Amino acid sequence: MRRVVITGTGMVSPLGCGTEVTWERLLAGQNGARKVTEFEVEDLPAKIACRIPVGDGSNGTFNADDWMEPKEQRKVDPFIVYGMAAADMALNDADWHPQTDEDQIATGVLIGSGIGGLEGIVEAGYTLKEKGPRRISPFFIPGRLINLVSGQVSIRHKLRGPNHSVVTACSTGAHAIGDAARLIALGDADVMVAGGAESPISRIALAGFAACKALSTQHNEEPQKASRPYDRDRDGFVMGEGAGIVVLEELEHAKARGAKIYAEVVGYGLSGDAFHITAPSEDGDGAFRCMTMALKRAGLSAADVDYINSHGTSTMADTIELGAVERLVGNSASKISMSSTKSAIGHLLGAAGAVEAIFSALAIRDNVAPPTLNLDNPDVETAIDLVPHKARSREINVALSNSFGFGGTNASLVLRRYDA
Amino acid sequence: MSDIAERVKKIVIDHLGVDADKVVEGASFIDDLGADSLDTVELVMAFEEEFGVEIPDDAADSILTVGDAIKFIEKAQA
Repeated sequence: MRRVVITGTGMVSPLGCGTEVTWERLLAGQNGARKVTEFEVEDLPAKIACRIPVGDGSNGTFNADDWMEPKEQRKVDPFIVYGMAAADMALNDADWHPQTDEDQIATGVLIGSGIGGLEGIVEAGYTLKEKGPRRISPFFIPGRLINLVSGQVSIRHKLRGPNHSVVTACSTGAHAIGDAARLIALGDADVMVAGGAESPISRIALAGFAACKALSTQHNEEPQKASRPYDRDRDGFVMGEGAGIVVLEELEHAKARGAKIYAEVVGYGLSGDAFHITAPSEDGDGAFRCMTMALKRAGLSAADVDYINSHGTSTMADTIELGAVERLVGNSASKISMSSTKSAIGHLLGAAGAVEAIFSALAIRDNVAPPTLNLDNPDVETAIDLVPHKARSREINVALSNSFGFGGTNASLVLRRYDA
Repeated sequence: MSDIAERVKKIVIDHLGVDADKVVEGASFIDDLGADSLDTVELVMAFEEEFGVEIPDDAADSILTVGDAIKFIEKAQA
């Protein structure tokens, strides 16, 4: 099979607009959580979220007008705007702007979302009830559909290769990158724009996820203490928002045009728990099997892994993932660093796996493991370095990124340093 | 200019994001103002909402310019 490398990245996150600004702030231990003030939260059990810093575009703030005309923004839910922005950044970063028929047809898009345009659906529901069906906008459907990020990106950049999308809850971003890499490996495209986008922060999503007992509700007065993966006082995840997009490229294609290479996508594993709609099986078997499959595909052993970007949502499931990782790595546990960057940016749901894959690529590039914030009192003892509080400089040549979603859907990506 | 014409033009400017000086009575939504077929559906809905009139689909199909819209609404409200 053909080899696939990452040649561009783009990101809109609760730490900022842009890959480098987010990474810099992540390594510095900054935290994107705050009280939600944009809508009523007093009657909600979870009143906090990790929000994108909005502004005029300076100092890492996100200005939607920089990425999509206001009249176009009005027609879509924010996840599409975030996805468009991150895709623009990734294509610019890769310096890939196909002009010829051949290049446009060789470039595809595979961007997913966990939930898509939830808020727009809620608003249209009110319109339908209060004003009737004649007031439902023709943009209601195309502004909410999950695959319309892929559609919009393809239209803007004239990318006429495979146009696809993924919906696997919190595994979406990882599945999108893994599947897109496979399309390149199999020869269906030479370049893929892949990742995830999500804009879930709304009354209905906070109410819904809280009803599932998934959200942190005990740290509303100290939002930046709420996301605390592996810590004994964790009580649920903190919702985030944003998008992560990579440009994936066939290795020889990238080399021929002298593209910058972040890392090689060497492994991808998928599994199903077949256990429960929201809870992972207690033995962590699904997680174990998808990590094992990803390493097998990479031709690597668990002892080769230097860094793991864990799913680590700050829920009870953290210890199940940790158990699965310990089973996987066995005696090499003490040489592995594993952190949850959700401690800083919250849980970006369908965008999480993509943003975290980018962090994993940057961990390889810079030989540094980003920190797990708020890990004051680890819930269980482990020989694995969970990178508490502060980033750790160390050699990282192989990184594994885990994503697990509702429905028992699991994905693992393995990235390796590319040496020319 | 009538009050109706002013209000129609404001809706067109807001929805299509075009400069006010381009929104003249002879301007075609699709050919001159960059609208697509979905934009025109939404414009008609906005006119209905603003003026409290009902514009049936066959009538909507004949509203192609800013002037067509103004005339239709003036007639409907007369």
